[in-house]
Amino acid sequence: MENKKIILEEKTWNAKSFFFQWEWMLVVLLLLVHVFNGAVSPYYFSVDTFLSTPMSFLDQAFIVFPMMLVLISGNGNIDISVASIVALSSVIMGVSYNHGVPMSASIVLCFLTATLCGFINGSILVKFPELPAMIVTLSTQILYRGVAYIILENRAVGKFPSWFEYFGWGYVGPIPFIFLMFIICAVIYGIVIHKTSFGRSVYAVGNNRTAALYSGIKTNRLTLLIFTLTGFMSGFTALFLTSRMGSTRPNIASGYEMDIIAMAVLGGVSTDGGKGRIWGPVLAIFIIGYLEYGLGLLNQSAQVVMIIIGILLISSVLIQDIHIFGKHRVLPGRK
Amino acid sequence: MGLLASIVVISIFVEIRNPMFLTLSNLKDIGVNTAILSILAVGMMMVLLTAGIDLSLGATIAFSGMCVALTLVAHPELPIGVAILEGIVLGGLIGLILGFFISRFSILPIIASLGMMDIVRGFTYVVSRSKWVSAYQMPDDFKNFATGSFFGIPNFIFIAVVVYILFYYFINYTKVGRWIYAVGSNPSAAQISGIPKKRVIALVYTLMGALAGLAGVLWVSKFASAQGDTAEGEEMNVIAACVIGGVSTTGGRGKVSGLVLGCLLFGILDNALPLINVSPFWQKAIPGAIILIAVMANAVTRRQADLRALKSRTI
Repeated sequence: MENKKIILEEKTWNAKSFFFQWEWMLVVLLLLVHVFNGAVSPYYFSVDTFLSTPMSFLDQAFIVFPMMLVLISGNGNIDISVASIVALSSVIMGVSYNHGVPMSASIVLCFLTATLCGFINGSILVKFPELPAMIVTLSTQILYRGVAYIILENRAVGKFPSWFEYFGWGYVGPIPFIFLMFIICAVIYGIVIHKTSFGRSVYAVGNNRTAALYSGIKTNRLTLLIFTLTGFMSGFTALFLTSRMGSTRPNIASGYEMDIIAMAVLGGVSTDGGKGRIWGPVLAIFIIGYLEYGLGLLNQSAQVVMIIIGILLISSVLIQDIHIFGKHRVLPGRK
Repeated sequence: MGLLASIVVISIFVEIRNPMFLTLSNLKDIGVNTAILSILAVGMMMVLLTAGIDLSLGATIAFSGMCVALTLVAHPELPIGVAILEGIVLGGLIGLILGFFISRFSILPIIASLGMMDIVRGFTYVVSRSKWVSAYQMPDDFKNFATGSFFGIPNFIFIAVVVYILFYYFINYTKVGRWIYAVGSNPSAAQISGIPKKRVIALVYTLMGALAGLAGVLWVSKFASAQGDTAEGEEMNVIAACVIGGVSTTGGRGKVSGLVLGCLLFGILDNALPLINVSPFWQKAIPGAIILIAVMANAVTRRQADLRALKSRTI
């Protein structure tokens, strides 16, 4: 009975189930943030502010997409080594450039390192399916950042060529380059997650791993692919962050992994697997980003932002748990 | 057993390289430095036994440490016992709130504690107005507590041993302690057999918070400074020590004896690497490699044990 009802709800469009979706809640929240920011600063409402503010917070957003895939694939999958991957690949890029490797080759090296790190995570998880991803990525988190420290010790490297600044500070017309890249990535991931068989199989694996395996999905290959992808996308964050800061140190991006997971969860992705849509995290990225910007205008430092994000995080999961939002997303038999 | 063997091997190896290692004063150092970690690990083990996780403990340490430090600045005459009690109560309250959310609303522990981490860390900065409490502001009694000893045993080791004895008894020989295992290994079976599952889960997080509060007081006393970013990332060390000690993160599996060895291995590494002149930057990477090797070796041996058990069953 329960089963039938839920399927029916998905097929017929009705206003209630359409508007009582978590993403609408996020839209309201985003509007509230803008109203708040507008009240704080009279100069806030301009196209320029809207477009240029994201420069400061979009660099970590690139990892949110693959993190979504990791979380959706369930089985306790999570990747907390991403910030260390960012640090390591950024350090490798900086050091190789300062040792005479051309910048373009250094950027390639940065992506290769990041992809390799993700691949290592994925292969350990595939070879040792009994180990939780939490523990594996916890140890690689320490390991990767440690390697970054071994390479660079406590120094910073910089002196990048001037064109390298373009990634962090450049504009394409009125739109910042990083914003454009973000939109492209969001579109690609939106299509991959919702419109391809790969995306559907990630959901299938997240909802029921065994059933997915028996219906012919290569779950191991999927895990490996998702974690490698997470590594690869960390390369983007390393590139943009390094470019924006103009130099790199082994301790950059520390704590990013928690921000990224928080963005995904606020966006309605369940760490339990099988749940979440692309719009949620995209909105969550902008909510947190603009909120930080607005509180910055108020001269409120990071601490208040932390409290607010924490409360948002818990209350968002609480509200979704009361089954008003996203009821049709929950498969029967799952709590 | 593998753990004990690796501790012995590492100790012998380090002793050959540097005979300073196995002296009484250095062993005391290891004990004092591992005390805080091992106190936290007991709490984390109980949380992990219920298949939960607590990422907020670093923030709880910072918050309770900061509150105690501020209290001591305002009232330097307070006895040390009251300071410790304040830390435990504050930490316990934070744990209770977290446990309430996790047990009543079935929020996943990782998310609830992640949110809690941000909130509590934020409040740490708010109560301290982003300032540090430095050594000169704290009463001498409090600072000396970290270096003092009780009947010849350093205070920290004494407290850790008391905590271990208490919780060893609690986990192994009381009804509620056994319930924790029951809830972790099979939640639905536990509920059906009449165990108040929600209360057990709430209790586990409360105890974790209380222990983190205690650790916060000790932490501030040891480093003689309370800062907003105190103990940032400590939760990962604690989880790592638990995992090395054979506690499973999927619940129901783990022993206090294993935990002691896990923490000891961590403490010995911390102490031994500088003694044999490993560069501080290598020291940052080595724990990661060791955890990885430890869990992989553990998985391999368990696989072989399962295989052997399966073989012995065939007729």
